Amino acid sequence: MREIDSSVIRQVVRDLAIAAAHDLEPDILEALLVARDRETGELAGNILEVLVTNANIASRDRIPVCQDTGTGILFLEIGQEVHIRGDLQEALQEGVRLGYEEGYLRKSVCDPLTRKNTGTNTPAVVHMELVPGDRITIRFLPKGCGSENMSSLVMLPPAAGTEGVVGHVIDRVLAAGSNPCPPMIVGVGLGGSFEKAALLAKKALLRPVGEKNRREDVAVLEERLLREINAQGQGVHGFGGITTALAVHMEVFPCHIASLPVGINIQCHAHRHKEIVL
Amino acid sequence: MKTEPAFFENLLEVSLPFTPEVLASLKAGQLVSLSGTLYTGRDQTHRRLCALLDEGKDLPVDLAGQLLYYVGPSPARPGRVIGAAGPTTSYRMDSYTPRLLALGLAATMGKGARCAEVRQAMLAHGAVYLAAIGGAGAFLSKCIKKAELVAFADAGPEALFRFEVEKFPAVVINDLEGRDYYALVAAASRCGK
Repeated sequence: MREIDSSVIRQVVRDLAIAAAHDLEPDILEALLVARDRETGELAGNILEVLVTNANIASRDRIPVCQDTGTGILFLEIGQEVHIRGDLQEALQEGVRLGYEEGYLRKSVCDPLTRKNTGTNTPAVVHMELVPGDRITIRFLPKGCGSENMSSLVMLPPAAGTEGVVGHVIDRVLAAGSNPCPPMIVGVGLGGSFEKAALLAKKALLRPVGEKNRREDVAVLEERLLREINAQGQGVHGFGGITTALAVHMEVFPCHIASLPVGINIQCHAHRHKEIVL
Repeated sequence: MKTEPAFFENLLEVSLPFTPEVLASLKAGQLVSLSGTLYTGRDQTHRRLCALLDEGKDLPVDLAGQLLYYVGPSPARPGRVIGAAGPTTSYRMDSYTPRLLALGLAATMGKGARCAEVRQAMLAHGAVYLAAIGGAGAFLSKCIKKAELVAFADAGPEALFRFEVEKFPAVVINDLEGRDYYALVAAASRCGK
């Protein structure tokens, strides 16, 4: 059995948090560049240019891409043949705390009632899965709340069908307007249960920007949604043009015969995510 | 590496705080470059300012004629003025904003549309609303030359700061004549179909 010390995980999470806040991954950078080059709206195009410049400044001068360095969301896939020495939960939270403190990141986590800031950006939200093998994959997705606040979950009746899903997603995206910092990435979780649909929507954001679902009918639906969202003309920051969304990612899971859960998790253009395999 | 995107060449340069003449001249959709003094505040600052008003107490700063920027900056690295400092979403301040406008607040700046009540209050009190570039916190950080803590230090990133800004870009959304740039864009894209 492979052994990994929790102190290694703590250090890795710290480093992921700092890197995520400052260095956009090639997938989102490329999506922004493509959007900039294709954009027909003048102000929208100029703003996309600013966003590309912003990413360069952030990385070069070590200033976070966005001041909202988010709630820490951690996804772990833990190989069944790995033994972790020490307290894993503590290592994850401590890694986030260290990353936010030592990386000069904003601490944005507070008590939901008193609104008192915890001062450490912890607790992070942690999702863990056991998988075959002897590796650990850690994904860090700091989630800003301009976009998170525009997310939603609805339990549609099965009779709503594909058209109901499409209509609902477009309505939500339009209602979000310029609040979530478009161009956005729209994560859709279809099926499962109440909580599964939300989790699928979030997991959909982990896919490289623009990568299609492997299931062909789902990929077709993703493409249709993207086309119809962008045809509405809200555009970059609500200033018009053809780029309201950079991508629609949909994940599906079988659901109850009485149910059609739809989770929509909206992500801003400052799509920060990092991943490491131990 | 290009650090100055082209559209900055076309911005109307204006000083802060706005003079009444400049305020009246701003038009929805206009791009402006702001230089001068502004104040910052977001959710907790608004909650606390309104709590002080409820208690009949003075505010820690006179907001009359000023611009209030909705931002919660990330911490400054040693030797730096400020961290990332882009706008936060404005609608969360909507329930507090009319009271501050009644005190003479001349302008607010954030991102996203305002509710009808805030738009009406802006018209009634002669105030404008601007959008800064959301998600460009590193870029906008460079436009902030001085940051001074004014009040509510214990609120951390939600404290009230005074910023000196230089060539800070923004888009006029709501002007004194009641125009709303987001609504104009939405109407134009509907007509285009």
